[in-house]
Amino acid sequence: MEFFLQLLINGLSVGLLYGLSALGFVMIFKSSSVLNFAHGQLLAIGAFFFLVLVSWLQLPVALAFLVTLAGSFVLGFTVERIFLRPLIGEPLIFVIMLTVGLSSMFKGLLLFFFGGNLQTYPDFLPASLGMQFGGITIAPVYVASSLMGVTFLVLFGLFFKYSPQGIFMRSVADNQTAALSLGVHVKKVFALSWAIAALVASMSGIVLGVINGINVHEISSIGLKVFPVVILGGLDSIGGAIIGGIIIGLLETFTSGYLSPSLRDVIPYIVLVAILLVKPYGLFGLVEIERV
Amino acid sequence: MENEKDDTLLLVNNISVVYSDVIQVLKGVSLKVPRGQIVSLLGSNGAGKTTTLKAISGLLKPENGKVTDGEITYDGAGIQNLSPEEITRKGIIQVLEGRQPFKYLTVEENLRVGTATRPLKPYKKDLEMVYHYFPALTKRRKTMAGYCSGGEIQMVVMGRALMAHPKLLLLDEPSLGLAPLVVKEIFRIIRLINEEQHTTIVLVEQNANMALKIAHYGYVMENGRVVMEGEAKDLTENPDVKEFYLGVGAGGTARSYRDVKSYKRRKRWL
Repeated sequence: MEFFLQLLINGLSVGLLYGLSALGFVMIFKSSSVLNFAHGQLLAIGAFFFLVLVSWLQLPVALAFLVTLAGSFVLGFTVERIFLRPLIGEPLIFVIMLTVGLSSMFKGLLLFFFGGNLQTYPDFLPASLGMQFGGITIAPVYVASSLMGVTFLVLFGLFFKYSPQGIFMRSVADNQTAALSLGVHVKKVFALSWAIAALVASMSGIVLGVINGINVHEISSIGLKVFPVVILGGLDSIGGAIIGGIIIGLLETFTSGYLSPSLRDVIPYIVLVAILLVKPYGLFGLVEIERV
Repeated sequence: MENEKDDTLLLVNNISVVYSDVIQVLKGVSLKVPRGQIVSLLGSNGAGKTTTLKAISGLLKPENGKVTDGEITYDGAGIQNLSPEEITRKGIIQVLEGRQPFKYLTVEENLRVGTATRPLKPYKKDLEMVYHYFPALTKRRKTMAGYCSGGEIQMVVMGRALMAHPKLLLLDEPSLGLAPLVVKEIFRIIRLINEEQHTTIVLVEQNANMALKIAHYGYVMENGRVVMEGEAKDLTENPDVKEFYLGVGAGGTARSYRDVKSYKRRKRWL
């Protein structure tokens, strides 16, 4: 029982992280219908950027974290500006292939600068963050990741629900022409969704780096897990992304706990195939409102 | 229409519109919209009414259309081929044909999108103004727009446009597919908006009868050209308009469509 609870808690906190990362992916898809294959590399860039700031430049952790967030926000903005904006109005497949190209480019650059070895952050989380309930210990990093996941999911939820910019973003996702007719700056919305996507990706990248160590291949492939997550949750549902993330996180930890750690990375994709067979729109994909 | 120059809010001068560089839809359309008036644009399907509105609002661009000739002057400045972002910020808002709400946003969120041209200004008063014109929306404010009735959705999309404080409102077939009583209500409100907010309105309609009742001036379009224009009440009396758009024969009785040798009359207009 204790083992079960331990797995449950670890799974939940990793799952929240996946959900957070998938949120960025879903946002780009919702506003511009682009599947971003470079999402995993955005995670990796965030993780390495943080590494540079913390280990090489020896910045205080909190400051390094904020700088990483700001930096990845700017990066997302820039990527949209330079690479995606010229392709607005072109067929979607071009844009999607572009993101595939971007993913290789980013991966190559990261390998060039940091090599393929496993790197680790200095141990910066205070041990007091860990918790102990009876026989269950929760490592500080899982506490931190859960706190971060919940905080940012709530913040983004409020942002989309109430802030003007959040409502404009949803309006573009809903009906682009109508949004244009009311003067919504659609290009700004695209840029903002890339910026937010890069921001949440780098947050998840950092935490995953703390849990598993930082390696270009490893983190990029974790980034690819957004696919099972979002397909499980429904490609266009932010709530679904979070729940999908939690389910995949739980599946992974239970698989590695009860079956075999080597199956851990396979299970999400098996689930992906199964979901596509049974519910192609995902558990929470938008059911089109049809007016007759 | 012997008004002074200052009284003209929008002047469309001999514009041609081409889609995808090859398909010519408008062939020299000219319109004059005086400040504070309702100008109606009539014509059958495919006459170019919607394209004319989109040329004004800048929405041709996303559809790969372009004003190739002539100019559109608004408030003294040329606006042809500007982006919709720029044009909406000058106070021209188009209400699209076929009621396109943001289906997954609530009614109130839909209205809030109307503040996109001035995102950080307070909007509570404007919401009250919209609910004042469309009281039916008050109890629907938390409902997803996709689940509202057709009439309510028409109110949402018009209210959304009002939130932007338009100086020039372009309405594309507000009566499309609505019950006669709802149409009557919508037109009553259009007139009210014109009178109380002093909003200049260009009204595209198939329902010539209703449109000419509230409009000051009207244009009739066919095949990408303006074929007739005049004061609304003169148009109502015109035998051709009566026959083709009001469904009343020259003798004052309704005539069957097959009795009308349309091509003969049409020839006179071209």
